[in-house]
Amino acid sequence: MRVLTIGGGPAGLYLALLLRKANPDHEVTVLERNPPGATFGWGVVFSEETLGALRDADRTTFDEITDTFATWDAIDVRYRGETLRSRGHAFSAIARVQLLGILQRRCASLDVDLRFETEVPTLDGVGGYDLVVGADGVNSTVRRLGEDAFGPSLDVHTTKYAWFGTDLVFPAFTFVFRENEHGLFQVHAYPFDGRTSTFIVECPGGVWQRAGLDEASEAESMAYCERLFAEDLAGHRLRSNRSLWTSFVTVRNRTWHDGRIVLVGDAAHTAHFTIGSGTKLAMEDAVALADALLQEPGDVPAAIARYEAERQPVVERFQRAAMESASYFEHVSRYARFEPIQFAFNLLTRSGRISHLNLELRDPAFVRDVDAGFAFASTGRTSALAPAPMFAPLRLRGLELANRVVLAPPPLDAATEGVIGDRYREALVDAGSIGAGLVLTELAAVSPEGRVTSGSPGMYDPAGQSAWADLLAEVHARTPARMALRLGHAGRRGATRPRAAGADRPLRTRGWPLLSASAIPFTRRSGVPSEATPGDLARVTEAFAASARMAVVVGFDALELDMGSGYLLASFLSPLTNLRSDAFGGSPEARRRFPLEVVEAVRAQWPGDRPLAVRVSASDLATGGAEIDDAIALAGELVRRGVDLLHVVAGQTIEHDRPDSGRTPLVPYADRIRNEANEPTLVGGGITTGDQMNTILAAGRADLCLLDPRSLT
Amino acid sequence: MRVGVGLPSTVPGSPGSAIVDWARRAEALGLASLGVLDRIVYDVTERISLVTMVVIGPIRSTALLAKQAGSVDAISGGRLSLGVSIGARADDYEATEWPTTGRGRRLSEQLATFRAQWEEEAIGPSPVRPGGPTLLVGGSSGEAFARMARHGDGYVHGGGPPRAFAAAVAKALAAWTDLERPGRPELWGQGYFALGGDAATEAGAAYLRDYYAFTGPFADRIAAGNLTSAGALREFVRGYEEAGCDHLVLLPTVAGVEQVDRLAEVLA
Repeated sequence: MRVLTIGGGPAGLYLALLLRKANPDHEVTVLERNPPGATFGWGVVFSEETLGALRDADRTTFDEITDTFATWDAIDVRYRGETLRSRGHAFSAIARVQLLGILQRRCASLDVDLRFETEVPTLDGVGGYDLVVGADGVNSTVRRLGEDAFGPSLDVHTTKYAWFGTDLVFPAFTFVFRENEHGLFQVHAYPFDGRTSTFIVECPGGVWQRAGLDEASEAESMAYCERLFAEDLAGHRLRSNRSLWTSFVTVRNRTWHDGRIVLVGDAAHTAHFTIGSGTKLAMEDAVALADALLQEPGDVPAAIARYEAERQPVVERFQRAAMESASYFEHVSRYARFEPIQFAFNLLTRSGRISHLNLELRDPAFVRDVDAGFAFASTGRTSALAPAPMFAPLRLRGLELANRVVLAPPPLDAATEGVIGDRYREALVDAGSIGAGLVLTELAAVSPEGRVTSGSPGMYDPAGQSAWADLLAEVHARTPARMALRLGHAGRRGATRPRAAGADRPLRTRGWPLLSASAIPFTRRSGVPSEATPGDLARVTEAFAASARMAVVVGFDALELDMGSGYLLASFLSPLTNLRSDAFGGSPEARRRFPLEVVEAVRAQWPGDRPLAVRVSASDLATGGAEIDDAIALAGELVRRGVDLLHVVAGQTIEHDRPDSGRTPLVPYADRIRNEANEPTLVGGGITTGDQMNTILAAGRADLCLLDPRSLT
Repeated sequence: MRVGVGLPSTVPGSPGSAIVDWARRAEALGLASLGVLDRIVYDVTERISLVTMVVIGPIRSTALLAKQAGSVDAISGGRLSLGVSIGARADDYEATEWPTTGRGRRLSEQLATFRAQWEEEAIGPSPVRPGGPTLLVGGSSGEAFARMARHGDGYVHGGGPPRAFAAAVAKALAAWTDLERPGRPELWGQGYFALGGDAATEAGAAYLRDYYAFTGPFADRIAAGNLTSAGALREFVRGYEEAGCDHLVLLPTVAGVEQVDRLAEVLA
C-alpha cells in the first residue's frame, strides 16, 4: 500500500511509523512544510489513559517519551492572593520539539520517506497513492481543498491567548487569575521538562483591546504579561517562540474523509486548549487509523469508515467538554465574587468530567475544605466536620431549610373540584418524611379556570383552603420539612384531561374557556384561548393576590409563582405567544409588565419574613423564542420586586420545542441566572444522585436542587 | 422485569408457519411477550403480550395504523403494546415517498390521533381497554423523549448494553417529570440473541451485518453485541433489570423454533 501523509506533526509522524511497523511493505511518505526542529508552542500534556494507548501502539517511542516526561499530580488555582491546591490528578507533559524529534527518529529508523520543507499546494499529484492523510493541522490545506466533501465548520472563540514559555518550573498544573485596570486575565501554566514551563495567557477580547495588546509588538506583549504576572513568575522571565496573540478555532467537519483522502488530528477537529487534549486526540487518531487499516486489509474505504466511526463519538465528547471549559474561561468574571475555595472547586468541575465524588477520591482534604467553606457560608459557623453540601442548611428571609434537597411529588390529577385528595396529601407528607428540606406542591390554580386538568388542585375557595390546611398541619407535625405552594394559572394549557394517557389533551366535555396573552391554541387540538382584556388582567391579578392571602392563612412556608412552561404568565413573556400591540406586548419590557404586576400584588400580600420564589423559563428552546439573556433580565426585575429564589426551568412555551437531551440540561441556565442576576436558584431536571447535587451546590451553580422523585422509588 | 422474545419475521428462513409455531412455543414456555420489528402482528396466541419494536410511524397511514393496532388489540383481548418511532433508515422514507423533514412532528400528530381514534371508537372494532393499546415511543433526541412523555405510556429503547439503557432511562424519567405526568413510564428494552454454538453465532452475525448494512461500520458493532452464550445473555438480563427495565424483549437473529427453547432454558 502506498500512503502519503501531508503534515509532519505528532499525528502524521505517529501514523507513518505505526503503518511501517505493522507492514514493512507499505510505502509511507510524509511531507512537512517546515525544516526539522522548527516548532511552535512549548510543552504538550498527556493523561494516564492516553499513555496506555501509546504504550500498546509502539513501545519504543513510548519509553523514550516517558523518559523525558515532567509528571505531577497537583492542580494549583491562584486567585485573590491565595493558592488552592488539589492533588491526585495524574498529568505528564513533554516539550513539543522533543516529542517531534523522537517521532522523527523512529520514522527514520523504520524507513519512512520523510521530506521536510515541502509544500503541498494542490492534491493533483496524489493519484498514485492508496491513501492520502491530511495531518496538516488547524489551518489544513487538505481540508480546504476538499471542503465540499468534508463540510468543515470553524468556530472562532472570542477570547485571545498567547502561548509563552518560562524558565520557572511550576510545581503543579497552575491556573492564575489576575485582575488589573483593563480586566481579568488568566494563565494556564505547567512544567514540561526540568527547566521550562508552558505559560499561556488568556483574556476576553475586550480586555485585550483595552490593554492595547491588539497593537502591541511581541516584545511589548511579553513585557506587559511579565509585569502583570511578576509575582507568579517570581523573578523568572517569559520566553517567546512566535508567541503571537490569537483566537482559538474549534474545527469540526461533517465527515473526515473524501474517498481515499482522510483527515486526522487538528485538521479534522480541535478541542480548546483549556482541557489540554489536542496532541492526545491527534495521536489517538493515528492509532485508530493504523488499527483500522490492519483490521480491513486491502479495503481502504472500509478502514476509513471504521476509523471515523470509532473516533467521531470520542472526539465529540471531548469537544463538548472543551466547549464547556472554554465557555467557563470566557465568562469566568461571573464567579469573581466567589470565595477562593469555591472558585477553585467550580473551576475543577467546569467541564462536567470531574464531580464532587471524583475529587473526594483524589484529594479528601481538598473536598473537606470545599465542604467546610460551603457550610460556613450557609451557617456562619466553622466546623471540622462539615456536612456534604446537599445537607447544609439554607436561610431565605426568615425561613431556615434544613438542607438543600427539594422534592416535588408527581401530580396525581386526582383533585376534586380543586380540592386535593388523601393520596396526594400522603405523597407530600412522605416527601417531607424522607428528609427533604423543602417540599414543593404541584401547580395549584388561582381560579377554577386556571387549573391544568380537571383533577388539578386549586387555592381559590374554602374547601380547597381547608384541605391544604390539613396537609400543612400534618407535614409540620410529622416532618421537619418546610412546604412551598406552587401557584399559577394554566392559561392556554388549561382545561385538559388528567394526564394518565398523555399531557395537553383537551377535555371533551365540561371544559372551560381559556385565557392567554394572545389567541393562539397550544396544540392543534387545544381550544383557542381568548386574548386577555384589561378586565381579565385585573381579575387574574386579584385572584393571585387572594390565593396568596389564603396561602398565608393556611401556613405555607414559601410561595412559588409559576412563570414557566407556557402557562398564563409565561405566555406574556415569550414573543412566540405574545403578539399583543397594547402596553403588555411588543418590547421585552412590555411583555414583562403583566407578570411583574402580579409579582408586586402577591409580594404585597405575602409576609415579609417568608420567601417568594418564581418559576422562570430560561429559554423557550425554540427559534425566535425568549433566550437566556431575557431570563437574566427578568430575574433582575424580579429581584428588585422582592423575589428571593428563582426556580429555573426551560421549554414547553410551544408544543414543538427542541429540548436538550443532555443529562442535567438546566444546570448551565441556573448557573448563569444565579451568578449574573446574583440571586439564589433552584434547579432540577435529571438530578438523581447526591453526587450531582453536591457538585452543583459546591460549585455555586444553584442553591437548591430538585431531586427527581422517581429516582427514589 | 418481564422477559419476552421476538418473532423471527425478518430473519431469513422463517416461513409463515414457522412464525406460528414460534409464537405458540414462546407462549407455552411462559415467555412474557412476543415482539416484532416494524410490523403489526396477527395473533395466534392467548395470553402472551404482543409488542411492536418498533413500527416506523411517519411512513404509514395514521388512520390505517390506528385501525390495525386497534384490531389486533381487540382480537388479542387487550394484549398489544404499539411501539413507534421515526426509525433510523432514510431509505424507508424514500421507498414510501414520505419526506424525512418534519417526521418527528408527524409522529407526534399520529400519536395524538391514535388516542383520539381509539377513545372515540370512530373506526374499527371497539378497543378492549378504554384508551386502546399501550403506546410506547422510541428515539434518543430531546424531542423524542418529550414526545414520549407527552403522548406515550412508556419508552422503548433501541438496543445496546445495559449502561446505554440506563442513560436513556434517566432521560425518559426526566422528560416524564418535565411534562408533569402522573405515575411512571413503562420502560422497554431489547437485545439480539443467537443460541447454539459457533454456527448460530456466525449466522446471527451475518444476519445483523446485513440488516444493519445501512449504518455502515456500526453494523459490525451491532453484530458484535449479539448475545451468543448463556453467560452473556444472563448478564445482559441482569444489567437491564438493575437499570429499571420493566419489559425486555430478546430478538432472534437465527430462525428455528429451537431458539425459543434454548432461550427459555437460559432464562429458567
